[in-house]
Amino acid sequence: MTVWQTVLLGSVAVLALKVVGYLVPPSLMERPTPARVANLTTVALLAALVVTQTVERGGDLVLDARVPAVVLSGILFAFRVPFVVVIVVAALVAAGLRLLGWMN
Amino acid sequence: MRRRSSSPRSRCVETSSPSDTSAAVRASISVALAVSAYGISFGALAVASGLDVWQTCVLSLLMFSGGSQFALIGVLASGGAAAGPAAIAGAALLGLRNTLYSVRMAPIVGGPGWRRMLAAPFTIDESTAVATAQPTLRGQRLGFWASGIGIYVGWNLTTLLGALLGDLVGDVRQYGLDAAAAAAFLGLLWPRLRTLQPVAVAIASAAVAAVLIPTSPPGIPVLAAATVSIAVGITNVLGSRADSGARAKTS
Repeated sequence: MTVWQTVLLGSVAVLALKVVGYLVPPSLMERPTPARVANLTTVALLAALVVTQTVERGGDLVLDARVPAVVLSGILFAFRVPFVVVIVVAALVAAGLRLLGWMN
Repeated sequence: MRRRSSSPRSRCVETSSPSDTSAAVRASISVALAVSAYGISFGALAVASGLDVWQTCVLSLLMFSGGSQFALIGVLASGGAAAGPAAIAGAALLGLRNTLYSVRMAPIVGGPGWRRMLAAPFTIDESTAVATAQPTLRGQRLGFWASGIGIYVGWNLTTLLGALLGDLVGDVRQYGLDAAAAAAFLGLLWPRLRTLQPVAVAIASAAVAAVLIPTSPPGIPVLAAATVSIAVGITNVLGSRADSGARAKTS
């Protein structure tokens, strides 16, 4: 599968999911079980993506400068620091630790 | 894209402005600016993941859903082009929540069928959040279109900027952008962790992903984590009836 195919098929799939919501009878998706599954799936995927983005490198678990950066960002989110500020701080922490040669 | 935290929403609800429409526009502008800033990191990370500038821009133009876009490039970054199917599946599963938003937005958008089809691409976390935070139907409709189109324009411009910058700067790890992407996912997740059930699902999914990383191909840890949510969602363990109803309405 080429990168272009992935980009185009993925885009069409995500766009189609938006369209579907305007076509289905509201009663279908407003029932508790489908709505709950959709909401929890978002939670599960985001949690798994946090983990893979934080500790995965080349198909292995690697603990590096990303870990303290993400822990700090969790603390900042808990204190309701604005999203963009947290993202920048996370990047600066990881970049700074790597610049110092720690946790590469 | 992420669901906005409470600040812009509460601001527009609490404001004593005589006009609902100006409150909707103000909320839309502040949300559009904040989200667009974050498009730079998407553009830069996408080229670092092996996409070219065109592919990066097509994702923001067509897919236009931040969480799905980050998921797709994240899987491609670790698995290469061969991980395409897992990347598509991850992006689509994360895009599932947009279907819920479309269901909620349909009566707000109103009008003939073509208008709803036109609204579909702009139906994302932020436009849904801005719209549903407005007190009147007029404000809701305006908030949806203003934030949706505003974010679309800003997000695509900053995606292009980030992709061009990413091409220039080379290894983005040096600038901590990999950590920034992880923090971005955490920021998208955070506002959803209000009750026990999603917290339990998040912890279990994170554990499943961590265990599977060394033993399975790229993309699989993330997809396996989704099965946790499907099992919990269907059986509704750790959730109350009232809670599930409330969640269906508010997120």
